[in-house]
Amino acid sequence: MFNKIMVPVDLAHLGALEKALTVAADLSRHYGAALCYVGVTTSQPSAVARTPEEYEHKLRAFAHEHAPDSGHEPTARVYNSHDPVTDLDDILVRAIDDVGADLVVMATHLPTHLDAIMPPNGAKIAKHTEASVFLVRPDAS
Amino acid sequence: MDIKPETASEIPLESVGVPAPEGAANLIDTDYQIGQDNYQARPLGVSIDIHGAVFAVSSLVILGFVVLTLALPEQATDVFDGTKNWINSHATWFYLLAANVFVVLCLGLILSPLGRIRIGGANATPDFSRLSWFAMLFAAGMGIGLMFYGVSEPLSHYGTALGGTSVGEGGVRTDWAPLGAAAGDPQAAANLAMAATLLHWSLHPWAMYAIVALALSIFSYNKGLPMTVRSIFYPILGERIWGWPGHLVDILAVFATLFGLATSLGYGAQQATSGLNHLFGIGGGDTTLVLLIAGITAVAIVSIVAGVDKGVKRLSEINMILAFLLLMFVVFVGPTLLIVTGFFNNIANYLGELPFLSNPFGREDVNYSQGWTTFYWGWWISWSPFVGMFIARVSRGRSVREFLISVMLIPTTVSIFWFTAFGTTAIKQVQEGFEGAVTAELPLQLFVMLGELPLTDITSFIGIVLVIVFFITSSDSGSLVIDTITAGGKIDAPKPQRVFWGVIEGAIAIALLLGGGLAALQAVAVSAGLPFTLLLLAGCYAIVMGLLSEPRPGKP
Repeated sequence: MFNKIMVPVDLAHLGALEKALTVAADLSRHYGAALCYVGVTTSQPSAVARTPEEYEHKLRAFAHEHAPDSGHEPTARVYNSHDPVTDLDDILVRAIDDVGADLVVMATHLPTHLDAIMPPNGAKIAKHTEASVFLVRPDAS
Repeated sequence: MDIKPETASEIPLESVGVPAPEGAANLIDTDYQIGQDNYQARPLGVSIDIHGAVFAVSSLVILGFVVLTLALPEQATDVFDGTKNWINSHATWFYLLAANVFVVLCLGLILSPLGRIRIGGANATPDFSRLSWFAMLFAAGMGIGLMFYGVSEPLSHYGTALGGTSVGEGGVRTDWAPLGAAAGDPQAAANLAMAATLLHWSLHPWAMYAIVALALSIFSYNKGLPMTVRSIFYPILGERIWGWPGHLVDILAVFATLFGLATSLGYGAQQATSGLNHLFGIGGGDTTLVLLIAGITAVAIVSIVAGVDKGVKRLSEINMILAFLLLMFVVFVGPTLLIVTGFFNNIANYLGELPFLSNPFGREDVNYSQGWTTFYWGWWISWSPFVGMFIARVSRGRSVREFLISVMLIPTTVSIFWFTAFGTTAIKQVQEGFEGAVTAELPLQLFVMLGELPLTDITSFIGIVLVIVFFITSSDSGSLVIDTITAGGKIDAPKPQRVFWGVIEGAIAIALLLGGGLAALQAVAVSAGLPFTLLLLAGCYAIVMGLLSEPRPGKP
């Protein structure tokens, strides 16, 4: 059903991603789909890495650690952005095409009233891509 | 998270848009992790990620300032006037001397072998094309000021220079003329007026920006420290920059930026109001001013939410085109030949008078050097964290020499051309007997000058649009920079924080205009700039230390 699953990863907030990562790995095993982890970094030093190269390095290591036992070694893809907070949606939509993904699995927060002004990234991406999008919400508790 | 080099390299990696391996650079070895002191929470569904100490202190002090100024406008006016007068009479020499140090250091670095060091490591490649890089450099730096002072400053100096000198009690000069004035000689007065104006808009301000931008770039891209002002002081303070000395540096930078921005926004609001009044007869007054600032701030917030690429970048591009059209209009419709020859003439005048105009000691033209130059130096220095950080964010991959030449010389050339076009045209109008612009209020002088040229309504309207859009882009990019500083150097902090700072900037501008008008704006600019000048002088030492510790590439 699915051939390539794209998973946007924010290395600074891995705790919040755990559920989505598990879902993605399960789906990848179930459909025998390849996994691609996508990360966005900046030229400036960030909490995760002090240079873009260090970020690449960490994302590779992350991809290796989060390889599902489906026989597919996951790939990783890094994008550089000058303003990741606002560019993120556009970058991820572009990444879906670049990666050739037919399913996106990503974490999102519970809906709030503020979403009307600043929609969550997942919702915006679903609106702008033809791929299926699986938004994984945290447990309500 | 652990890095596993052996296994990690086996993973197929597709890299997009990340610069190629950067070559030799000298990362500072520190255990500090960006954002480690940050407070992260999600109250009421709004994510925040802020540096507790820096955000709390700066936002509380600023809020207190706004409330007090609005509650006690009369006392506030006295405080503003007193502060301004004290700084003008006691700290002018310090401002002038410091500004000269910045210029000399920049020129020295251009010539020294340190100029070969590349920002971002020996093999770093630029993130932006040269053309868009130049455009952004210029858009960041001056904006509203060019509109406000393009006509009014040359005219002011022309009038005072022509009027000659006068000495009051105690042998202190009471006139506002620069240097020795040029009583009764219109040509000499025009030359002196242009040189005295260009002092404030050319090498000195851009050297201040260049110092901050270069320091931030080196310590961020080459040394791996967070992009926030405290990082510059690592060579001096060492690991202490992560504690209160560092917090204090960042808090001072936030104050300087906010008050520098508020000064510009106040000017912009005043000019837009008087322009609207002039053109459409919309009432001046405080209500219009407040509504205008509120309205423009609201638009700025939309731009903030849209992000850099869709918001501020597009608006800057529109502004560049509009400003260019207005400039070309004045050049072709105004005294074309005079402007073109005047351009080279003014460069010569400026360079010729530079040593005297920038001399910090034994000045007799006290009103000019204290009232004008000190105000500008304070204003530019309080802008410098903002412009400097913006320039730093777009300058990775340039060599120090290329960076300094571009940041100092290109905007300087454009400034000289802008002021030649607007100033020379206005002065010529005066010399031909038109007194309208001279007698008008400062914010109105641009529109009165345009009134003497054809298509007045259209050009004045473009003028107003330019002021408003400059206001929006300044507020937008200013919020971005302040947010980064108050988030401990994180450039990916949540959006609502930027909106918060955008609102605060509008509030300060309103508070200042209601609590003292232009004098208040000038007072806070020179006061907020003063402590930051001290920091910048220390920053000069840090830059040199930082560059000396970089591996130096061989001769090309």
